[in-house]
Amino acid sequence: MSRFRNLVIGTALASTLAAAPAFAEKFGLGRPALPEEVAAWDLDVAPDGTGLPAGSGSVEDGEMLFSENCAVCHGEFAEGVDNWPKLAGGEDTLADEDPLKTVGSYWPYLSTVWDYVHRSMPFGGAQSLSTDEVYAITAYILYSNYLVDDDFVLTNENFLDVEMPNADGFIVDDREASEAHFWNAEPCMENCKETVEITMRAAVLDVTPEEVSEEVVKEQEEIKAAAEAQATAPIAMPDPKLVAAGERVFRQCKSCHQVGEGAQHRVGPALNGVVGRKVGQADGFRYSPGVVKAAEEGMIWDHDTLDAYLESPRAVIPKGRMSFQGLRADEDREAVIAYLRTFN
Amino acid sequence: MTDKSQPSTTRRGFLKAGIATGGAIATGGAAHAAQEPDPLITEVQPWAQGLGDGVDAVPYGLPIEYEDDVIRRNVEWLTADTISSINFTPIHALDGTITPQGCAFERHHSGAIELRKEDYRLMINGLVDQPLIFTYADLERFPRENRVYFCECAANSGMEWAGAQLNGAQFTHGMIHNMEYSGVPLRTLLEEAGVKPEGKWVYVEGADASSNGRSIPLEKAMDDVLVAFKANGEALRKEHGYPVRLVVPGWEGNMWVKWLRRIEVTTQAIESREETSKYTDTLEDGTSRKWTWEMDAKSVITSPSPQSPIKHGPGPLVITGLAWSGRGSITRVDVSTDGGKTWATARLAQEGQDKALSRFYLDITWDGSEMFLQSRAMDSTGYVQPTKDQLREVRGLNSIYHNNGIQTWWVNAKGEAENVEIS
Repeated sequence: MSRFRNLVIGTALASTLAAAPAFAEKFGLGRPALPEEVAAWDLDVAPDGTGLPAGSGSVEDGEMLFSENCAVCHGEFAEGVDNWPKLAGGEDTLADEDPLKTVGSYWPYLSTVWDYVHRSMPFGGAQSLSTDEVYAITAYILYSNYLVDDDFVLTNENFLDVEMPNADGFIVDDREASEAHFWNAEPCMENCKETVEITMRAAVLDVTPEEVSEEVVKEQEEIKAAAEAQATAPIAMPDPKLVAAGERVFRQCKSCHQVGEGAQHRVGPALNGVVGRKVGQADGFRYSPGVVKAAEEGMIWDHDTLDAYLESPRAVIPKGRMSFQGLRADEDREAVIAYLRTFN
Repeated sequence: MTDKSQPSTTRRGFLKAGIATGGAIATGGAAHAAQEPDPLITEVQPWAQGLGDGVDAVPYGLPIEYEDDVIRRNVEWLTADTISSINFTPIHALDGTITPQGCAFERHHSGAIELRKEDYRLMINGLVDQPLIFTYADLERFPRENRVYFCECAANSGMEWAGAQLNGAQFTHGMIHNMEYSGVPLRTLLEEAGVKPEGKWVYVEGADASSNGRSIPLEKAMDDVLVAFKANGEALRKEHGYPVRLVVPGWEGNMWVKWLRRIEVTTQAIESREETSKYTDTLEDGTSRKWTWEMDAKSVITSPSPQSPIKHGPGPLVITGLAWSGRGSITRVDVSTDGGKTWATARLAQEGQDKALSRFYLDITWDGSEMFLQSRAMDSTGYVQPTKDQLREVRGLNSIYHNNGIQTWWVNAKGEAENVEIS
């Protein structure tokens, strides 16, 4: 504990004691939060704009930023990739059989978009966007929903002027009124209905996951054995089973990294040829100062370095931008390395 | 030592064998005379002769290998990525009411993070007399309470809105757990900071990248909400928010913010992503309910069920399940074996507790004929669990959340069960 912090705690304690009459029933625990600390964490933005910092961003800048940071999951036009959220489209579908809920069709407040992008996006790189970048991305999402024109610039000044189509689409929970008949009923105990017919069967649909079979257990053991073999003899060509397992583990990496034919840089660089190469060599990718420094020091993505990096990225490159937590299981790391090696 | 290589001794093997021969073994209710002596009794078994493991063989114990199928399960097609996803408690294989932490469902929005107690800080700010920072050690010095509460994801049974989809109580009803929490009332911490009169809401958020911020009315925050750091007597698991999570009794699981790092007193709801784009319930006409916090009374038969078939043939049968209500305690559970034509009141294992799971039993003599099993919960506010069709009449098919309709398991003469909907 630093001397500075001791001082703060001491001061807090003293001020609490000094204010004894007013704080008579308090415990005097904790310490006052410093303004800088509150500013660092108090990021939320309310529908009326409370908490929104000054700044601006254009649709034009947003398009580029969206492509770099968001499109890998949400699509170039915010239309969504695979099961990732669709951010655009779906207008007038909320009463349909299968409504499409997007920022344009469903979200009632623009503050929610700004707040969420600022606080939690991009996935795996939260809080890496500047205030103006968040304005620009928010502007682009509005544009992709045809809510603003292509020359629109979103600022803290015009923020509340943007009309969200579904702003009036919500009611406060009314179950106690609209479902009052679920209360006070004396439920039927006998002769409640004449006939019982099956109208739908889950087995017909067949979407329930299978039990973990003995074969799967056996396969997992084989992958583990192959991983152990690779760790002790890293020069050997990877076991196909391990490569297949690595492809599955790599799903966790895919929100930021592409690999294979046509792979492009996203939040993270494309990973073709990365195994055995010097650090920070992907053409056209803007590396963090941490990676640049590691490259200058001659770090190589050999087996052991990659293994350590995948286990704990910040233990290997302390100021790198890869905010991934790391892969705990040895065999998962070996599998990913084996998978990446097939792209050399 | 036991022989670990024999698959027939595993629960899975037992289950398979049971299904294959179950009908043939027992055909009547009475105890059967043995045809020949049971070698498990007449021959000295290895476990009765040799020695077992010493103490400390496993410093922190896990269930024995024969129970290795009693695990959380994921439904892959539900979400894009396991980092932002959910899995399911194996309620079909559990009894009693307390959920062991190791198999209690997980829901993450940006993965389960690792946060050391030493690095933990809790901020209270906003409309308070004195914004405060607490360390984990500070929290341990406030007077503590112990309370048992269920935590149910609002999306539990959400895949069943349009009809029977998933074949197993774990998948249809497993987004729930029930633990004994030790923690400090949120009220105590708010009073320590001093809530200003204009404060009407608290906004709570976690330390993970999603932050999962939610707005809670001050009235609830000052009532029964806990800032918890222990569950079932031990530290919270990483996946449940170690070292500190919020416990919001009776209200949807999404509000039980994990890795709790900040509580802000505000004049208004923040309307975060998790309380606008998600966790709002769209009705048939396209309008959506918001702030649907309370979990309606609900129940499910956990056995027999698709993953827990009847293996013993006709005769004595224990029908059991779970019931709960976010508005109070369970007062009664009725069970039907004929799809709701007639009902019998089940036995509650103990008096219903406030916003906690109740275990019910109905002990019957099964005649071996087909059954349509249903359960119907009633709570201390007089609410009666509706049928799925009654719910759909009010809400339509697109609500996703808060599906508390009556579940039907169709049990055939072999004792196998399937998730069905009936007229």
